[in-house]
Amino acid sequence: MAMLGETAAIPHAAAPRTPGAVCYRVAGLTKTYRTGRRSARTEVVANDAVDLEIGRGEIFGLLGPNGAGKSTLVRQLTGLLRPDAGSVELLGHDLVRRPEAASRLVAYLGQDSGALDELTVALAIETTARLRAVEPAAARAAREAVVAELGLGDLAERPLKKLSGGQRRLACVATALVGDRPVLVLDEPTTGMDPVARRAVWAAIDRRRAEYGTTVLLVTHNVIEAETVLDRVAVLDEGRVIACDTPGGLKATVGDEVRLDLVWRSDPPMTEPAVAILARDAVRTGRRWTTRMDPGTARELLAAVTSGPAFDVLDDFTLSTPSLEDVYLALGGRHEGLVKG
Amino acid sequence: MSVGQDADIAGGTARPAAPAAGLEAAAFPAVPLAPATPLWAGLLTVYRAQLSRVRVSRVPLLFVAVFQSVGIMILMRGVVDTGSDSAREAVVAGSSVLVVAFVALNLLAQHFGALRAANSLDYYQTLPVRPAAVVLGIAAAYASFTLPGAVVTAVIGAVMFQLSLANLWALLLVVPLSGAALAGVGAVCGLLAPRQELATLLGQLGMSVALLLGVIPADRMPWAIELGRDVLPSSYGVDAFIATYGSPDWASFAANLAVCAAVGVVMLTLATWAFRRTARD
Repeated sequence: MAMLGETAAIPHAAAPRTPGAVCYRVAGLTKTYRTGRRSARTEVVANDAVDLEIGRGEIFGLLGPNGAGKSTLVRQLTGLLRPDAGSVELLGHDLVRRPEAASRLVAYLGQDSGALDELTVALAIETTARLRAVEPAAARAAREAVVAELGLGDLAERPLKKLSGGQRRLACVATALVGDRPVLVLDEPTTGMDPVARRAVWAAIDRRRAEYGTTVLLVTHNVIEAETVLDRVAVLDEGRVIACDTPGGLKATVGDEVRLDLVWRSDPPMTEPAVAILARDAVRTGRRWTTRMDPGTARELLAAVTSGPAFDVLDDFTLSTPSLEDVYLALGGRHEGLVKG
Repeated sequence: MSVGQDADIAGGTARPAAPAAGLEAAAFPAVPLAPATPLWAGLLTVYRAQLSRVRVSRVPLLFVAVFQSVGIMILMRGVVDTGSDSAREAVVAGSSVLVVAFVALNLLAQHFGALRAANSLDYYQTLPVRPAAVVLGIAAAYASFTLPGAVVTAVIGAVMFQLSLANLWALLLVVPLSGAALAGVGAVCGLLAPRQELATLLGQLGMSVALLLGVIPADRMPWAIELGRDVLPSSYGVDAFIATYGSPDWASFAANLAVCAAVGVVMLTLATWAFRRTARD
């Protein structure tokens, strides 16, 4: 029932990066939208002077809640949207002056698959390869290879719109992988996927990075995924980068506070001193109490709760090290938080 | 994505990248760009992919279009003077071209409107394929979808109205050329309409006008409506097909198709511009 340190960072292999070589260099990037009709027209700053540097061969994440400006940023990094101000340099090319260069360096996986929905998986992959200027025979070979690599064999002849959400997403990832682009920009690539598909996607991406030094820019809501796969992560909130570091580095900024979660079966005995202290500090969500404190106090309180009469009504407890969600909240993220799981 | 620009960018690979204003000089040479997809290869790829969609949706496409046109011919049989050659020819030719208007104008406008609303055009806009290849490939596929329906309608119409089937082959020119004109109009409506519902509405409206002005014999219309008929591209397709009945007037046939082709070129160019405009605004 207890999971101690469940969300601790999983150390991953050092990235085979070319030292100092920059993939994306973004400076002062600003994009403003106008919304509403004439009388109620308001300006929304989607990206506010964003600075970023992403190294070649890095798996770099953009993390933030809905509306943080992740997608707007990505659309500017893929040449889809012209920034109001600032510069974007991609592998030595100026994307503000020449947005079309992005299509010849980057494979972009957007959130929508509408353009491919009525095609079969095999044709969608082959078509994408052909549209990346791959010759017909090579496009067919690339299709076969990626279908095998991602385990799409049984789905290859089915139209995308007849597939489940996770399967369709997997097919779309396959379209992003053909054509061997040096940069992959993936907007929530694993949404809806089962663990097997997820593993296949990350294995395929890791292989490309190991063999070709592929750079990956990943937009995600999912903090667990972010912690396990990313080399570095930029946290976005209201259009600004509020932090940018390795997941471990970011978590270190929160200090060594741990999180104690308790789930009660029924009302706990308030006469117990440990329960009274927890009741004072905890954020309560239904029967779940969540508190953050230094590890020593957490251990003491947990020992008191699990050895006293309160244990009889305790359903579950978790003691965990800080997650990227804690980092986001500690940094002053003004939204409710990120998706966990 | 002009060739000139591409060469300029590719040139940056041989020497260290020239620092642009506001950018630091790169310490590493720029990574060479992958090749762009040639226009024809892109067009054929898009066309082939779109055509494969027929496998998924051929039944609704063909039947809805044909039933609609055949229904209108049955209706018109009770309305027009079936003793008049020109009236019978107008009804059958109008109904056949209506299939083209239904699919190439109405459905294509809806398709582009839907793609645009869902940001699905990002897919094409982040691939090194020319906008013209995408617009022409999709438009050509929609125009091709209409050929079987137009032929079936023309055959049923000829039997219903006792017209000759001798020059049915003319549809092989009428459908692609009026298809180009109408698909161009449909693509422009779908890509320029500010909202998806408006794209649908414009497509429906265009088809309704093509229906009203296409199947009613021209000599029965008041002056103002006849003017409306003159600005509608589908009318030229109808007139071209009418010219093949009885003792064919090939000069009129060619002249009307030339108008269709010219409208097609203008509208598809406009659609390509609109496609480019949907990105990076």
